[in-house]
Amino acid sequence: MASQRVRTVLAITLLLVVASPLAALAEGETLRGELEKIDGDERTPVAGVTIEAELDGSPVGSAESNADGEWEIPIPGAGTYLVRLVVDTLPEGVALTDPTKFELPNVNVREGQNKTVRFNLGPGLVSGVGTWTRVSSLFVVGLKFGAIIALASIGLSLIFGVTGLVNFAHGDLVTLGAVIAFWFNAAGGGPAWHILIAAVPAVLLVAAFGGAQEHWLWRPLRNRGTGLVPMIVVSIGLSFVIRYLILVVFSGLPRPYRDYAIQNDIQILGITTVPKNLAIIGFTAVVLLAVGLFLIHTRLGTAMRAVADNSDLAESSGIDVQRVIRVTWIVGAGLAGLGGVMFGISEQVQWDMGFKLLLLIFAAVVLGGLGTAFGAMLGGFIVGVAVEMSTLWIAVEFKTAVALGILIAMLLIRPQGLLGVKERIG
Amino acid sequence: MLDKHPTLANVAPEPGVGKPNPILEADGLKRFFGGLHAVDLEHLEVERGTITSLIGPNGAGKTTLFNLLTGFDRPDAGEWHLNGGPLVGIPSFRIARSGMVRTFQLTRSLARLTVMENMMVATKDHVGESFWGALFGRWRHIEAANEKIALASLERFGLDHMKDEYAGSLSGGQRKLLEMARALMVAPDVIMLDEPMAGVNPALTQSLLHHITNLRDDGKTVIFIEHDMDVVQEISDWVVVMAQGKLIAEGPPEHIASNATVIDAYLGRHHGEVP
Amino acid sequence: MDIVKILIDAGRAAIGVPAAAYALSSIGLNLQFGYTGLLNFGHVAFMLVGAYGMAITVDLGGSIWLGVPVGILAAVILGLILGFPTLRLRADYLAIVTIAAGEILRLAVRSSWAAPLTKGIFGIQRFADEFFDLNPIPVGLYGIGRFRFDERTVWVLLLGWSLVALATVFLWKLTRSPWGRAMRAIREDEDAALSLGKNVFGYKLQSLMIGGAIGALAGMFLAIDQQNVNPDAYIPLLTFYAFTIVILGGPGTLFGPIVGSVIFWFLFEFLDGVMTALIVEMDIGFLDALDATDVGPIRFALFGAGLMWLMIYRPQGLFGSKEEMLIDAR
Repeated sequence: MASQRVRTVLAITLLLVVASPLAALAEGETLRGELEKIDGDERTPVAGVTIEAELDGSPVGSAESNADGEWEIPIPGAGTYLVRLVVDTLPEGVALTDPTKFELPNVNVREGQNKTVRFNLGPGLVSGVGTWTRVSSLFVVGLKFGAIIALASIGLSLIFGVTGLVNFAHGDLVTLGAVIAFWFNAAGGGPAWHILIAAVPAVLLVAAFGGAQEHWLWRPLRNRGTGLVPMIVVSIGLSFVIRYLILVVFSGLPRPYRDYAIQNDIQILGITTVPKNLAIIGFTAVVLLAVGLFLIHTRLGTAMRAVADNSDLAESSGIDVQRVIRVTWIVGAGLAGLGGVMFGISEQVQWDMGFKLLLLIFAAVVLGGLGTAFGAMLGGFIVGVAVEMSTLWIAVEFKTAVALGILIAMLLIRPQGLLGVKERIG
Repeated sequence: MLDKHPTLANVAPEPGVGKPNPILEADGLKRFFGGLHAVDLEHLEVERGTITSLIGPNGAGKTTLFNLLTGFDRPDAGEWHLNGGPLVGIPSFRIARSGMVRTFQLTRSLARLTVMENMMVATKDHVGESFWGALFGRWRHIEAANEKIALASLERFGLDHMKDEYAGSLSGGQRKLLEMARALMVAPDVIMLDEPMAGVNPALTQSLLHHITNLRDDGKTVIFIEHDMDVVQEISDWVVVMAQGKLIAEGPPEHIASNATVIDAYLGRHHGEVP
Repeated sequence: MDIVKILIDAGRAAIGVPAAAYALSSIGLNLQFGYTGLLNFGHVAFMLVGAYGMAITVDLGGSIWLGVPVGILAAVILGLILGFPTLRLRADYLAIVTIAAGEILRLAVRSSWAAPLTKGIFGIQRFADEFFDLNPIPVGLYGIGRFRFDERTVWVLLLGWSLVALATVFLWKLTRSPWGRAMRAIREDEDAALSLGKNVFGYKLQSLMIGGAIGALAGMFLAIDQQNVNPDAYIPLLTFYAFTIVILGGPGTLFGPIVGSVIFWFLFEFLDGVMTALIVEMDIGFLDALDATDVGPIRFALFGAGLMWLMIYRPQGLFGSKEEMLIDAR
């Protein structure tokens, strides 16, 4: 039946989307499992718990259980592994039914096997040491996430500032950056460069794509006098084109870069985290600082802010507004692409990662003030930290809802944003 | 030349002076944009049934004052009254309904509504405009009555032959006329026109001026922003001058024309800008 | 490639259940977007709360006839919550908040926290038995040749297209009234409408709530047909099916959503058939890299391109008047 066929295709696509976290790395050997708290007849998935694996006494990887309690650790090959549940990361009210069974020392994995490992969880009291470790490491994760959001947000905010367009395809520029870097880093026919080198062509190509979009799509539309509402609808159409072409080319499976995919926690200043989180925060801080200096101290940067502030006034004072808009698109898209690479290093590369990030980008930009670059940076960090820290109190699956909460609260209290000027919401 | 309004004959030409029968009074209205004092008004009264022009150099705060008075912008301080009723915190659409209607500097015709629809949409207290009223109310006879009024008004403004055209297909001058006719459909006491003559050809200017004096003769109060001193001289009963957000002079047109402060603020500024 | 079979399948889709459901859904969106100018990017959220409102009511022991008003009420409340903070601001803020709310709601009904009510990722099934028990149509196939529907489908289609007809009459009453005129005035220029004493915020809120309630009805109808609600069906894409349909048929026209939906589902199914044939059956060199699972994504990409093309070159719909189009190019 026709309508059923339609639904079948839809269902296949949906399955790809939904099943993708599970399908991760299906090619190689993995350790996997599902954490459930069993309380009488009631079974609830336990999210946010860290599982670590070791081979011959040296760590090979770790994972955190997702909203459905599922976790998965890619491992280098067959062998006998030690698998450990990090008791500190158990949420309140959940404990191992047998407290001594937090380590399973003899887990045998055969060639090509996805080995399921089981930990029995039940109701229990607050699990020991935890609090500081958990708070501090979530804060670091939040800063890292915030850094990625900030990178992606600047472009959206500045492009809005100089052209008045809220670009709903901006999240897909993030994905594009991550996917291009994946090709240079880990794809079959690619050059297999180190990810830090692969990031360079990725950022440049996304920047060029941004410039091309402005030149062949947005500028002609502006010249026709196309209104705000049609422009926004065009941008959402474009986002579908980019996103689904990426799905065709990249497929629905999430995949990691070859470098830094698996890391173990380290302890610095009493904070437990993986080194790449700190590296992402540090590197992004340098990039954001450079962007800030560019905006404040160069002619072009000043012109950008002037156009964002008042484009007519800027034009009448001799600024080449068209050029400023073009540069804004190039820089904004490039930064989004860089954000994508960072996101890919931090998690994995996935065809709709940028679209999922879009809500957080919007929250950051509205919080900081649409049209302001510094607002976007500030908003990005606040949203990132707030979203991650919220998991201390609420279920992990609701952490993006926190961003929506921030968004709506901000619109009610101060719609122009923290650093925005009142007139522009007009 | 038109007769000056008799009730203003004995009013002293001083900034902030009291009027015998004011319809609109504003006190301490202030609006800042960043550090800029866009509007900083101590006291202003507008006499009922007169044509009052608001003049001043670019950036004097005239349009901002319009926006504040009609609720399109919120003042940082101050209060104002229409017919004795306070308007602080009242949303713009209620201010319009309470009897003070404005037009815009750039005409805002409702492009994909016909000329007649533009007129009809402006009527107020219409049962058919509420959701339940539209579904179950009896509003067809109201429509029929309003249509007669609208048609008469369109005839007066010379737009009746265009009544079924989309407003977006009118010429610039016709849109100005339509906007004025439409504002009248709200049946206001005060009508505020923001540069009604801007970008209009000289022939039409005469016709617009004629319409504006007609409004006063019908008992409406007209406040309008204008740059052209000749126009102001011709039809105003009273002139209010603003510069840098402040009220610097007011009085009958002939007084204003010879006022040194005004010439300094108004013409001086313009002369300075000419290369 | 069997072009006749593809055409017949496409023809069935054009009058089938999705076409009816999206005609209804788009009637709601048309009130918001076409008549009032609102950018509701979370129409799928209204479909979701409608479907879940009904399914949960039945699941808790209520009748499906109680479930329908519950679903509508849920949509009206959602409209209030989303509209209140955004409708005083520029058009894009509504778009941002609604698209976000659509995703959040999907995650919320999917979560283990809501699972006691929503059954989480498993969804709720078989809540429409009451409706199917009423089916008076005798068992059999109705139609000619391949163009046939069974008694269940005929019953569902009867419901669907009746709802479409009812909603169209309702919109006809509304949009031909002074209320509808005020809505169109707001679409054209909010400030002008304010200056004429129109309560713009109130009208926009009404439009969002009423359009959302119609969207909720569409969600319920789809759920009844499938006897299933599942969070992962309510993806953002559905909102933009409705957008494309509204623009295809001509925003702000009474029959636009119906015409748009029929054309949309015909093209959708036709493209599906042709592409599957090209990729799977035919041996065309440059298509070798693709396989059957790529048909869906390619079609969605084409769909995005189609939405862009329509919005740029045909904002008044395929049959929109030239005159109106010229005016629109302000």
